[in-house]
This record gives sequence, structure tokens and C-alpha cells, in this order.
Amino acid sequence: MTTNKNGQTGPPREGPMVSAVSGPAVRAGGMRGCFMHEMTRVGPENLLGEVIKIEGDSATLQVFESTDGLKIGDEVKKSGELLSVDLGPGLLGSVYDGIQRPLSSLYERWGNFIGRGAEIQKLDSDRKWRFTPTVGLGDEVKGGTVIGTVPETKFLTHKIMVPHGVAGKITRITEGDFTITEAVAELETGEKLTMMQRWNIREPRPAGGRLGFDVPMLTGQRVLDTLFPVAEGGRAIIPGGFGTGKTVMEQTIAKYASADVVVYVGCGERGNEMADLLNDFPKLADPHTGGPLMDRTVMIANTSNMPVSAREASIYTGITIAEYYRDMGLRVVLMADSTSRWAEALREMSSRLEEMPGEEGYPTYLPGRLAAFYERSGRFKCKGREDETGSITIVAAISPPGGDFSEPVTQASLRTVSTYWALDYDLAYQRHFPAVNWHLSFVLSYGKLSGWFEKNAAPDWIDMTKEVNSILQREGELSDMAKIVGVDSMGEPEKMELEAARLIREGYLRQSAVHPADSYCKLSRQAKLLSLILSYIRAATAVVREGKGVKTVLNPEITERILRAKELAEDKLDQEIVLLGGEINRLNEREPT
Amino acid sequence: MKDLFSRSWRTIDSVNGPLIFVKMAGAALGEMATVVLADGSRRTGQVIGLDESTAIVQVFGPTEKISPATTSVRFRGEGVMANLSPLLLGRVFNGSGEPIDGAEAPHPVEKRDVNGSAINPVRRDVPSDFIQTGISAIDGMNTLVRGQKLPIFSGAGLPANELAGMIISNAKTLKKDGEFSIVFAGMGITAMEAEFFMDVFESSGALGHSVVFLNRADDPVIERLLAPRFALTVAEYLAFDIGMHVLAVLTDMTQYCNALREVSSTREELPGRRGYPGYMYTDLAGIYERAGRIMGKNGSITQLPILTMPDDDITHPIPDLTGYITEGQITLDRDLHRKGVSPPINVQPSLSRLMGLGIGPKKTREDHPRLSDQLYMSYSIGLEQRRVAAVIGEESLSATDKTYLKFADDFEWKFINQQGESRTIEETLDLAWELLAMLPKTELVRIDREMVAKYLPKTEDVK
Repeated sequence: MTTNKNGQTGPPREGPMVSAVSGPAVRAGGMRGCFMHEMTRVGPENLLGEVIKIEGDSATLQVFESTDGLKIGDEVKKSGELLSVDLGPGLLGSVYDGIQRPLSSLYERWGNFIGRGAEIQKLDSDRKWRFTPTVGLGDEVKGGTVIGTVPETKFLTHKIMVPHGVAGKITRITEGDFTITEAVAELETGEKLTMMQRWNIREPRPAGGRLGFDVPMLTGQRVLDTLFPVAEGGRAIIPGGFGTGKTVMEQTIAKYASADVVVYVGCGERGNEMADLLNDFPKLADPHTGGPLMDRTVMIANTSNMPVSAREASIYTGITIAEYYRDMGLRVVLMADSTSRWAEALREMSSRLEEMPGEEGYPTYLPGRLAAFYERSGRFKCKGREDETGSITIVAAISPPGGDFSEPVTQASLRTVSTYWALDYDLAYQRHFPAVNWHLSFVLSYGKLSGWFEKNAAPDWIDMTKEVNSILQREGELSDMAKIVGVDSMGEPEKMELEAARLIREGYLRQSAVHPADSYCKLSRQAKLLSLILSYIRAATAVVREGKGVKTVLNPEITERILRAKELAEDKLDQEIVLLGGEINRLNEREPT
Repeated sequence: MKDLFSRSWRTIDSVNGPLIFVKMAGAALGEMATVVLADGSRRTGQVIGLDESTAIVQVFGPTEKISPATTSVRFRGEGVMANLSPLLLGRVFNGSGEPIDGAEAPHPVEKRDVNGSAINPVRRDVPSDFIQTGISAIDGMNTLVRGQKLPIFSGAGLPANELAGMIISNAKTLKKDGEFSIVFAGMGITAMEAEFFMDVFESSGALGHSVVFLNRADDPVIERLLAPRFALTVAEYLAFDIGMHVLAVLTDMTQYCNALREVSSTREELPGRRGYPGYMYTDLAGIYERAGRIMGKNGSITQLPILTMPDDDITHPIPDLTGYITEGQITLDRDLHRKGVSPPINVQPSLSRLMGLGIGPKKTREDHPRLSDQLYMSYSIGLEQRRVAAVIGEESLSATDKTYLKFADDFEWKFINQQGESRTIEETLDLAWELLAMLPKTELVRIDREMVAKYLPKTEDVK
């Protein structure tokens, strides 16, 4: 017996239909022939769902929208397709939800609040793009071959590539203005090529050989680039309790990263923060090209009150789009804020499916899923074009409950990352941002990067970073003692060491995210500042070692100028370095007494 | 019309706690149901799950006398709906949206699902208007901005309600546009607390432009989950349909979360940390995210949730998940309270993430952002010196360190401590400069030199 919409009994209906509902998990009967991860439409509102479990004739679907109002007997439509994204010109500058529905289209459909069940075009299929062929008639092409280019933005040339699995000889190719669904070329097999391809989000796009981590991805943040750089193609994680500045750090990196394309996934985070980004990015300039920052950005906004299952999908949607631009030979950064919300979405579905829980209720496959996601980063040769390289660098925020890093998501992520930026409550409470704890953070592949830094930052870069590390390390040891005996009772050389650490912390590591001269610090400027501060420290330390008191050696006004140097505009900084250089020399030349 | 189609089912299969399992067909997830007992009395329930030919109905209120033999269930054909009208202002309701002030419910202009739906992120307008609460620790260092959700983290016995009362009575924006209203949801609050807030509303004259939802400690637990949803649905109506600036006060979120845990365990769901359900983050987000501004709309919703940290533990799941969703927090401190500092706000673990959007030139004053930064730095050095002094004695500190020690004391007693007096933002900022004047000028490295020159009182001005 089944029922129709009004709850009245009607004749039994054939075909797939809802047999149980529990939150986002919906069981459907009559699903014979469906396959795992097949897309389905559920109920009269056509809610989007995905098959995640099959038992005989029935299947469990995770539905990406609220299931309120669903009834037993509601129709389920199978699509025969996997959950996939549309890839082509028009991605840059877009803002999507977790399943690649443009939020602006959702607004046109429903107004200010998000409704349910929209089948909406992911890419604008009316817009015409100027296609310029790069291959000619009779050329052999295969998956990954670039057949033409489109100027997607003022600064980015979008390469139109042959989809993987397609090969043949070009029999027709035309220059001109096309929409993404119109054929721009044809193969002798009769296959028509358009500017759009579709890809299953859960399957990594193929790439050529992996390359080493020997180039850094710069962030313009001193504590990161100097002490804990992330390699291009590497993965960095930012765990931190609430209020330690994860999101500001993610946003800052999205603004200043040395990358061609930034994919920003706001996964289960705050709506007002996304609004702030969406308000800022179109106005801000890309520090590398000067164009609007939004032109190099794809945003995926699945805020915390949008459906949980789409949160799980949003990370995959993001990384697949990132892979597509990587395949064009570009440097891509994927910012994920935060992977904990993604893991929690996994946990929620897992518990609805009554799977055996692992640590903290997370499913036992969590570490595997996390590892597989991080492995989609890297620097690669382009598939089909071995002379080109592209990369994806992942920067993922983690929100450990209670700020306790021993929890499963942080620990499982630590297994796979190359750079670890641990955020710290103590620093955040003093409003020392970025609140990266220099004792806990690490970088695994620094050895390979050192050559690059010596060549591009300063010849003595590595020595300087080692010096900074040892100053900070000494402070850690000394401050314990200072707490017991008081700074005043310590020897002058020890006082100097503490003072040196203060200069490094306040004058170098602390960086404002809003100060116009300070928020972005390019590498050459980092080298200048670091060299200035260290030369002051070295000179003063030498005099103190000769028996002078720290108070007489360190002139508070000079110290203050050193601390303020980072906020000077570039030309003023150069002048100040010369002036302060004179003061430092006077210290050096002072006769020992 | 609906009644003609909705049918009564006398097919209860089993009863387990507040859950009844009804053999039936045609119910929708989230649909409201009326449970009619043998003596004709009625209970309200909601469909929370569907499995084959069974609807799982959660009953609000007691389940005494519910019996498969004599009880029938009628499905209403819609979810939990709030009746909306401008005439709600000045009225008091229970957690199910029924009036408890003795008057008839106003005729609804509109009905809306209390669960609401997410504001499309591209339609959100960035909060940017400064709200003056009159409290220096908030206005000066953790500024509240229109459209923000800023909770108060309290502990048992700490004066969170008094602080909320002060904010309700004093809050104003420097910008004059649109009408102001308050929506209040009390969840599991005691008669005493309810009386306190009703007093605040009446004495400040706020009652006329307030809508109050009270779920008292002895009211049904399930209604704790509905009260904030009713309140926020009304808030959205007042803000985005009528164009008012709404301050939504939600207290106590800890009682809300405990109700969520209770309901989850009767549903036999897998418990997460401390027994709270794994979806608590999502559930709380469904409440807290209903704050903000929308492009092209005049109104706004600013949320001021209050929660009690069990055993003052900020890492407890309730403050923890809240902190991850809200845009900062105002944290009350037991030591400051014991000392007699009022309000006992500890600025170190307090934070306003949207502060930067609401302060600075043309909004408060040009020196505000960096002045706040400097206060944080100097106060934390002062606290560090206090810890050192506790070990080695104050005499062993250097002169500068002693000054910092004094700064920390003065900061707590003169800046944080207000004893009910309300300050304008200028008064707050000037007071901060007065305090900073005791420190050597070379220590003020977080503020521009020009600002120091302009605002720092000359030594002779300071007594």
C-alpha cells in the first residue's frame, strides 16, 4: 500500500520510492540497478541526493538538502550519473555552494534565503567566449592536449583541454565566439569537443609524474615564510581553538599567496565571514598581477547552517576544480576552512547509517579519507603535456574541540602534512597575530627549499632563520627561569637574550592583517627587516658580552624604531635602514670599557 | 480545509519515553501532530522519523495516559509554524508560541516554518555599524557590531543576566535609522530569572517594543528547543519584513543544549562528547547563523546569547561549539567577580571578530583599533608581571615592571570596573589613554607615533 501526496491511499506505484527518512539519510526501495555515488532526485521537490549504501533492492541516499516534508512513498529518480562538477571557462570569480550551484542563481530562484530542490546550471551556458585554436586540422590529440585558449580573465588564459579518455585526429576546429556547450572542434571519430568537461568529484583527475618540493609557496606572512614555509604542492594545516585566528590566516593567505588560482572552500563556517570575503575580494588587488583578487578566485561557500551532506561534498568540489586549473599548468592553492566540519559531516552520516564508530565517534575510515584528500595536492607534470607543470598546495584549517590537538582530525592530518602551523591561545590572548606557536610548528621539507631561499631571498637566509630559531629556543628556556628568579636577578647576557627574543617577536613575527604597509610582506622586505633586526641584536649582544649592562647598551628609542620598522612604506624603510645602520655601527665601534 | 483531509490514526504501535510509533501512511518528516487522549485532552507532537509504515512522533510534554488502546494521533499537514504579525510586540509567549500574558494571540498576518532557512551568503551584507553598549570592556576592546552574534560566556553565580540587562537598557547606535526592538527567548530559566528580565524590560521601557518567549525550568523540555526558533523567526520577520533593528537575547543556551542532549538520548542516537549529540554544532549553527544583515533590507538581527560554562570550563562542548560559530565571545571571570570588579569581564579570552568592521575613523574614532591592541598588550604584560611578583615578590621587580603591575591593577579597577555607570565611546577611549600615560612612551609600540602625540595626555595633565 502506498499513498499519494495528500496522505490518501492509492494504487501501488512502480519504481524507486522513499521507504525511510532519518535526517539527511533517506532509504529508498525499488532501486535495483543503481550504483554507488549515483545522483538521485528525491520527492516532489527534487532534492539532490547521492547513493551511499546498497542492500538488495533498497539503497541509502545522503540528501544534500533539508529532508523536512519528505514522505514514505515519495518518488526517487535515478540519474545514471555520478556527483560531478562542470569544468570550463567561467569558474573564476564564481561563488558556489557545496555542490557547485552558483549562489547568485540560487538568489534569483529563491531570494535572500536558500530554498530547496533547484536544478541549476553550474556554468553560464549563454555566455560566449573567444576561442583561439592552438592545434590545426589533422593534428593528433589525446586527453590533456590543449586545443585552444580562452581569455577567462584579463590575466588568466584558460586552456581548453581534450577530456581524458578521448583521442583522435582533428577534422574540424574553428576560431570564434562560442558558448561552453557548442562544439569548437571535431575528431575523425565523430566526437565533438566543447569547452566544458564534467568530472566526478570523488575521483582524482589524472596527472603526470610527481615532482619534488623544492619551490616555496609564499604567503607574505613573515612567521610562515621565514620559519615555516610551505612548499608549492605541499600541504599545510592550521589547527587552533576558536579565536586563535585560523580564519583570518586562511583569508590572508588567500589574498597574498604566490599562486595563479585560489580555490577557497568555506566549509561549515560563518556566513558573515563569507560575506566579508565576498565584499573584500572584488575590491582588493591581486598583489602579483594587479587585477581584482576575485578574478583569480573560485569560492565555495557552504556555511554552517547549510545542509551537512553538501558540506562533505564541498571539499571534493573544491579540490576537483583545483585539479582542473592545475592541469592547465597553473599554480593553485586550495584553502579549506575547516576540514573539521567536513570530518563532522562524515561522522554525522556514519552515525545515521549506524556504522561502528571509531575514536570520538568518527568513522574508522576518517584517516583514510583525509589522507586521500591531502594526496590530491602536489606538484605534477601535466598529463599529456610532460613539459608543463602544475601544482596544488592545500592549506587546511582544523578546529580541534577545546583547542586540544590530540583529537582524531588533527592527529590524522598530521600524518600526511608537510607543514604544521599550530595556533596558540596564549599568543592570541596577547593579540599577537598570526598566533603561530614557534615551538610546536614544523616544516618537513625545509632542506629542499633552502637552496631556493638562498638564491631568491638572501645568501645568508638560512643562517638568519637558524639564528632566529635559536633565539626563540633560548627564550623558551630562559623565561622559565625568569619566572622563578625574576628578570632583574639574571645575568646581563641572559637579559640580552630575552630582549633579543622580544625584538624578534614584536618587531618581526607579529604582523598586522590590516595595516596597509604590514599586511603583505614580500620576501625581499622580509630579508631586509630580518637583517636589520639581527644586526642590531648581534651588535648589542657583543657589547653586552664585554660586560656592559643591557640598559646602557639598548637605547629605548632605537629599540622602538627597530620595532616600528615593519610598518614603514618601502622607501621610508630603506631610509630608516640606512639611519639605523649608522646607530648599529656606533654600537659596533664602541670602545670596550 | 486541511482538516478535511487529515486523518486520525488509532494505530499506535509502541511508546518509548516521549516517542510514539504510529503505524500509518502519508506523514511528512517534520509534520506536527495532535495526540488525543481518551479523556479528550491533547498533546502536541512532531514527526521526527519515518520507517516503512511507521511514523515516529515525538510528544511535547508529559506522556502520562498515552495508550495504544485509547489514544489517537491526528497529523496536521504542516511543520511547526510561527504566527507573525507586528502586533506581537509587547507580548509574552511560551516556548510553543502560545500567549501567556492573558491576552488573545494576535491575528497572524503570515505563518512561517520556525526552522527558517539559511541566508544566501552572497546576499549577506557585511555588518559595519557600531553599537554602543556603555561598557568599556565591550565598546573599547570587544566591540559589538549590528548584525553580529556575540555570546556572553558566564559561569554559575556570575552576573551574566545583569550584564545583558545593562546592554538591553543602554545599547544604542550612533547612526539613527530604523526602529529598535528586542526579541527575548528564555530557555529553562527559573522564575527568578524570568522576573529579573521582565523587570528590566518594564523599567527600561523596552517591553512595548519587545517580544518575549519564556520556557521556564518546569516547562516541557522539548519546548526549550522551540523557543529560540520561534524567537528568531519573529526576529527575522521584524528585521527583514518590517525593517527593525532587532537585538535577540537568548538565555540560557546551556539549558538549550542539555535539552538537545536529552531529546537525542531518548531517540537512541549515538552520543558524542559528554553525551551531546554529534550534530550539536550543526544544530547550534541553525540558531546562531540567524543573525546578520541582508542586502537591500533596512533591518538587522544582532544576537546576544548567554550560556553558563559548566564548572567555568571554556573547553566544555557548549562554549566550545558556540565559540566556533559565533563571532567572538564576552567572557566573565570568577576572580574579577570575587574582587568586586563589575562587570567582571576578562578581556583576554574575550573577542569580537567583527570589531574591525565597526570601529575606526567615521565609526568610532581613528585611534580606536590600535589603542585596543595596545591595551591588550600592556595588560597581558601586566598580568605576567603579577604572576612573577607572586613568586619573587614585588620589590624584586624593575621599575618598568612595577609600572606594568600598577597598570594591570588600574586597568581592572578603573577601566573594566564600572559599577553600573554607563560610558560613551569617547569616555572609554579617553580613559584608556589616561591609563596608558603611566607607561614609558617607548613601550607604546602598537600605536602610531602620530596618534600617541595627538591623544596621549601630557604628563602634567595626569594626576
